[in-house]
Amino acid sequence: MTAQAEQIFVDSEIDLAYRAKWFTKRFLIYGALIFWAIVCLFPIYWTITTSFKIAPDVMQGRLIPWVDYQPQWRGWRSLGLSPETIFGVSTVREEFLKRFMNSVITSFSASTLAVALGSLAAYGLSRFSYRFGFMKNADISFFFLSQLILPPVVLALPFLVLYKQLDLLDSRIGLILLYTLTVLPIVIWIMRDQFSAIPVELEEAALVDGLSIWGAFVQIVLPIALPGMVAAFILSLVLTWNEYFFAALLTSTDAKTIPVMVASQTGSQGINWWSMAALSWAAILPLLIIAIFLERYIIKGMAAGAVK
Amino acid sequence: MSDTTQAQGDLLNVVTAEHVSPGRILTGRVLVWGVAAVMALLALVQLLYEAERISFGFANWRPVLIAFVAWGVALGIDQVLRRGEKGKRALFILPAVIFVVSMVIFPMLFGLSIAFTDWNLSSLTGRRFNGFDNFRQMMADPFYWNALRNMVLYVAAVSVEYAIAFGLALLLNAQIRARKFFRVVFLLPLMLSPVAVSWMIGKSMMEARFGPLASLARALGWDNPSFFSSPEIARLTIMMMDAWTFIPFMMIMLLAGLQALDKEVQEAARVDGANPWQAFWQVTFPLMLPVSITAIVIRIIFKLKLADIIINVTAGGPGGATDSVTSFIFREYRDRSNVGYGTLLAMVYLILIIIFITGLLSVVNRFVRRTN
Repeated sequence: MTAQAEQIFVDSEIDLAYRAKWFTKRFLIYGALIFWAIVCLFPIYWTITTSFKIAPDVMQGRLIPWVDYQPQWRGWRSLGLSPETIFGVSTVREEFLKRFMNSVITSFSASTLAVALGSLAAYGLSRFSYRFGFMKNADISFFFLSQLILPPVVLALPFLVLYKQLDLLDSRIGLILLYTLTVLPIVIWIMRDQFSAIPVELEEAALVDGLSIWGAFVQIVLPIALPGMVAAFILSLVLTWNEYFFAALLTSTDAKTIPVMVASQTGSQGINWWSMAALSWAAILPLLIIAIFLERYIIKGMAAGAVK
Repeated sequence: MSDTTQAQGDLLNVVTAEHVSPGRILTGRVLVWGVAAVMALLALVQLLYEAERISFGFANWRPVLIAFVAWGVALGIDQVLRRGEKGKRALFILPAVIFVVSMVIFPMLFGLSIAFTDWNLSSLTGRRFNGFDNFRQMMADPFYWNALRNMVLYVAAVSVEYAIAFGLALLLNAQIRARKFFRVVFLLPLMLSPVAVSWMIGKSMMEARFGPLASLARALGWDNPSFFSSPEIARLTIMMMDAWTFIPFMMIMLLAGLQALDKEVQEAARVDGANPWQAFWQVTFPLMLPVSITAIVIRIIFKLKLADIIINVTAGGPGGATDSVTSFIFREYRDRSNVGYGTLLAMVYLILIIIFITGLLSVVNRFVRRTN
């Protein structure tokens, strides 16, 4: 009896080989994972460490703060954001904050507008049949989604001239309208998926209980579709925050956004690396925070439509 | 939009007994046409004022824009007044339709009207119709054709991005610890603005003297690393930077596809004695085909808009080797203020894109139907 039990737990040759194989496989998987994690993280790490460097550290390619070099506030001081300058007056900081607020206002307004317009349209398309001339629901959906292939450059020059006529050049409203247009197809794409996943019986019950169509939409459907709307909002936010092309063409002084400010600084050759690094870091920080804390919404948004 | 008739077959069907009085219909009509008349009047006044026929007018066209917005609102009210319950349904889709039509169709028509002019913002003569001169200039413009050829190469690079993204998705789908950590980290590049990436990687990490990537290249035996001097290497560098930011996008879509796969099918393949290599190529990969195609098509659509990194890192150089169509037209406007010619180039590009995407979709559809 005991002899038999012992035999059960003896590792045979095959088992050992299997374990060795298992460990190699683990090793390779984690090796690849860590390698790609470094590829993703190093530029971000490089930027934040460079923002605390001074000239000799940059030239000697020092990498690790406190070990290789002593961190200095030089880069952040030039932005007016270091501890000793933060309460003082700084024109650079004023400038930076103005651009930052422009970015915040345009990206938030455009995303809100796109989610509002897109959710309504997607709900209508998923519940009712429309006819607009020869266009039926499928055609209207295609019309909205086909805007995705429209390259920004096609609209840029006509809008430049139109906005000049409308006095919307270099204004936040002008940018907001264009940004809404660029993210609207993506919002409709995501929300159509969301709404078609909600059973119609819910609204039918609400209608029997005396709600109107809009009442049922606001009180019953919207709360259920909220995670999808958040996902669409965040994805729009990422795209509009990073948008450079329209902002570079259509803004000059008042409505300039953060990417345009970063780009205008890189253009000049003699720019200090440490101030540039600080500026880049400040430009990407909000989205890094969003990525870390709201990752599941971003993934939800991008996965929509990939899986039926 | 006024002839939006409710077709049969609503998913959410409501039966209402509603009587629409003739007064309501009249009110609706009067409202829409009234606002339209005001808008037309404002436009006429502005047109005459700018032609210097009359002495009064507005500083710009904004009043006309406000009248247009009011007209959109009136159209919505009219729908509800005239068509009751059905009009309320039309209200779901009406705002988005009006918005997109006015933001796309109108500027496109306007764009067509300037594409055939010799308009240069820096010249004093203003805009003049010049027929097909721009088109002839385009046919003879080596830089535009070069940019188009570059776009073909950039789009071809999507295949490599796809392979890497699929590999990463498989890694994240394996039995690993700290999956969420790796997922967040792998997602980060997508969050970064291409302009910031241009500086972070293109201008500082690849800086020939002190950049860490240059040092790495030297350590690996590349004597004089310069990432942007020869045309081939510069193009490859741009491709890699763009891939770096966009690989997470395809990776997430593929990962979602992998996680939605039926585990039992893979299980069955293993039981039947397939080794991992066979299981992947004969089970997982064919099942992933629809998701892969969606991911690749969307990625190609984004790739066709590629410009930010090129504008900020190489500005098209050396000698136009890295130019994308968008960055080329951007400089055509920025450096030469050539609005007419630039618009024509953009319109031709749009037509090429539409032909390409339509062809791609039909090939892909046929391919999917054959494999299933």
